[in-house]
Amino acid sequence: MPLLSADKLTKSFGGLTAVSDASMDIEKGELVGLIGPNGAGKTTFFNILTGVYAPTSGSIKLEVDGTVKDITGFKPYNITKSGVARTFQNIRLFKDLTVLDNIRIAMHQNIKYSLPSAFLRSNNFYYEEERLVKEAEELLDIFNLTDKKNELAKNLPYGEQRHLEIVRAMATRPVLLLLDEPAAGMNPMETDNLTKTIAKIREEFNLTILLIEHDMSLVMKICQRIYVLDYGTMIAEGSPSEIKNSKRVIEAYLGEDVRYA
Amino acid sequence: MNQFLQQLVNGISLGSIYALVALGYTMVYGIIKLINFAHGDVYMVGAYVGFAVTTYAGIGFIPALIISMLSCALLGIVIEKVAYKPLRNSARIAILITAIGVSLLLEYVMMYFVGAEVRSYPKLLDDSVLKFGNIIINIQQIYIVFTAIALMLLLQFVVKNTKIGKAMRAVSADRDAAQLMGIRVDSTISFTFAIGSALAGAGGVLVGIYYNSIDPLMGMMPGLKAFVAAVFGGIGSIPGAMIGGLSIGILETLVSGYGNSMYRDAAVFAFLIIILILKPSGILGKNTKEKV
Amino acid sequence: MNSMKVINKKNILILIVIIVFYAVAQALINNGTINNFYEITLATICINIILAVSLNLVTGFTGQFSLGHAGFMSIGAYVGALINMEMNSTSGFLAGILAGAAAAAIVGILIGIPTLRLKGDYLAIATLGMAEIIRVVFLNMDDITNGAAGLNGIPRFTNWMWLFIFTALTIILINNFVHSSYGRACISIREDEIAAESMGVNTTMYKVMAFAIGAFFAGIAGALYSSYFYFIKPSIFGFMKSIDILVIVVFGGMGSITGSVIAAVVLAVLTTFLQSYSELRMIIYALLLIVIMIFRPQGLMGTKEITDLFKIVKKNEKNQ
Repeated sequence: MPLLSADKLTKSFGGLTAVSDASMDIEKGELVGLIGPNGAGKTTFFNILTGVYAPTSGSIKLEVDGTVKDITGFKPYNITKSGVARTFQNIRLFKDLTVLDNIRIAMHQNIKYSLPSAFLRSNNFYYEEERLVKEAEELLDIFNLTDKKNELAKNLPYGEQRHLEIVRAMATRPVLLLLDEPAAGMNPMETDNLTKTIAKIREEFNLTILLIEHDMSLVMKICQRIYVLDYGTMIAEGSPSEIKNSKRVIEAYLGEDVRYA
Repeated sequence: MNQFLQQLVNGISLGSIYALVALGYTMVYGIIKLINFAHGDVYMVGAYVGFAVTTYAGIGFIPALIISMLSCALLGIVIEKVAYKPLRNSARIAILITAIGVSLLLEYVMMYFVGAEVRSYPKLLDDSVLKFGNIIINIQQIYIVFTAIALMLLLQFVVKNTKIGKAMRAVSADRDAAQLMGIRVDSTISFTFAIGSALAGAGGVLVGIYYNSIDPLMGMMPGLKAFVAAVFGGIGSIPGAMIGGLSIGILETLVSGYGNSMYRDAAVFAFLIIILILKPSGILGKNTKEKV
Repeated sequence: MNSMKVINKKNILILIVIIVFYAVAQALINNGTINNFYEITLATICINIILAVSLNLVTGFTGQFSLGHAGFMSIGAYVGALINMEMNSTSGFLAGILAGAAAAAIVGILIGIPTLRLKGDYLAIATLGMAEIIRVVFLNMDDITNGAAGLNGIPRFTNWMWLFIFTALTIILINNFVHSSYGRACISIREDEIAAESMGVNTTMYKVMAFAIGAFFAGIAGALYSSYFYFIKPSIFGFMKSIDILVIVVFGGMGSITGSVIAAVVLAVLTTFLQSYSELRMIIYALLLIVIMIFRPQGLMGTKEITDLFKIVKKNEKNQ
């Protein structure tokens, strides 16, 4: 049984079908890539997986603690609770809050003190808050962001903001991490840096990762398996070398005329 | 049945005034995404201008209407330039609070100068009545409805067929793109305020005649109700504001006529909340969702 | 590690400040420096602080623009007054406050669930409408509320001590809430609702929670009000009252409890001085709103608290 299995997902907006019959299986521990030309429906597919849109038809199943759970149509917060975390293509940090607060908010779903103890500041409140800070610092350490924990998120340089988004997603303790174009807008050096970090967190946290990416070289370099989406349908699936040589994929990316060129 | 038709007649005349005011809300919201809380008070100022020129200068209905519309247009432009323009790129909540401030300012400056007491409006129009069976129609009501319809048709013409109307539609669709296409955004927004405020001024004069009384806080409730009308019709849509205005007017007179007139205002707000929950884009509005 | 974290230096310091503040004001009342006239101002300040801090939780911290806070105040005022009149004792007064607050919170939940899915200006107008509906309902429940004429002769139990206790409790409890994980969840909604939802925050639930807590404390303020001024009627709790409260929150800074407290004091003093010129007062209010929004939209304090000031002082000392 795969960790996540999306079965024949379809999403239409009025007359427009953005994603149709798209299926995807992700095994535990895999690093899977999702690519496709602009407007192929990658982000829509992603938004269905994360609960931003409910699919028009199809189902999503997730293995949680050894049992299979149908998470189709779950609200985003419930999907996150079930163990799927995400980042955003156009960074969506809480930019007027500190780095630490960004992380602590993501940890909220796992806090162990009640609303009354929040109001009355019980001992438990103080212990839990201390634990939150400690765990947040441990996470920030991975990206060398610990000494910036009291900076406002908006004051971080672009690359670090992208990193912070990943840390924040990890603070929800996911089993599956969805990264929406994490390298968008990065220079080659930053991308290289990111590549290493992704590999590192995957190993250290035993994470399964789905990556949407435009940057072909990044996907080819780190993904074990790649899905290709075009006009809302999955047109190919396979290892990076298979994808590289797939005629359909080349056509989708470069247009059919390429044969005659 | 007679009772129903009578309330319908009253509702249509009241509703056409709401529609005039609602148009201003809808146009301003369409172009700068602001609930112009001060709009109801522009309508109040319009009523007072009409009152002043007819009482002290003794002029007739049509010139009073025009003077009131021009003064309100000017007031609208000034409000936009002074209070809203500096905030065009700030948070929505900031500009909304400013609008509340402008509304209070107009109300209490007016009260400071003319006093809080209710004044009775001079008789400007023939108020003889026509009887159709048991249904009574006041000639005033006919004047009001026709004036409102004439102004709405004029507005529709301006928006659909003139260059400035095209500019208004462009700015409301995408301000930045309009600017890049060489449209003068600032003057277009000013013009929108001018037209919206002029219509509110006309509404003020008409309501003064209809209810025969005015006071500095008269704009508050009708302003809110006109906003409800704009939301119901679909904010940003001109025909929507007309339909919305008429619906709210009719709803109000029906609740007063059949139920308890004290529940009139509550009914309008309950109606608003139901629309907002069931169809927030209104009957003729467009649906928009934030992109993720 | 200390086993009783509740008893720490900071909390003891806060307690001492609170007691000293109370004692000084009580002494001034006893020796007549604060006469009856100023005592009314003092009561207004306390009630407005409770109202503003609770609205700040909804609008400043959670980012949900509400124009209907006076509606919740009126529920507390009526429920409190009715119980108070029935029992006419201190325990009746306290029961009235509790029942009024609970009733306001319940109505807050009932109103919040459908309306809080709306955003920004639409929410503002919906909450305004809700408050108007509440007012009209009180106006029409003649048998119980005596309609437009209002309730007269409510026994007076509200005094400086109770005002102080409830004001201090409101500030402490709401401050504790916003600085807890639950409060951060609310703040995340203000910052970016979509991101908050993706971080596992059940945004609908927390919006309703903030709304209900805000309503609860507004209910307390209403009950205190009714038992201080003997007399309530629906028109006291109209749209203008909601605006009054909003002005305090905006002037003090949305997202700053300290700001709300300072603004409540400043505006109450201003009102006292302008008592006989009510139109002028409103003109000044209006100009204040516009000028603040244009030149300092974050208000007096922005989202800063007085405790941040101490932190800065400490930091500077370290640097030297």
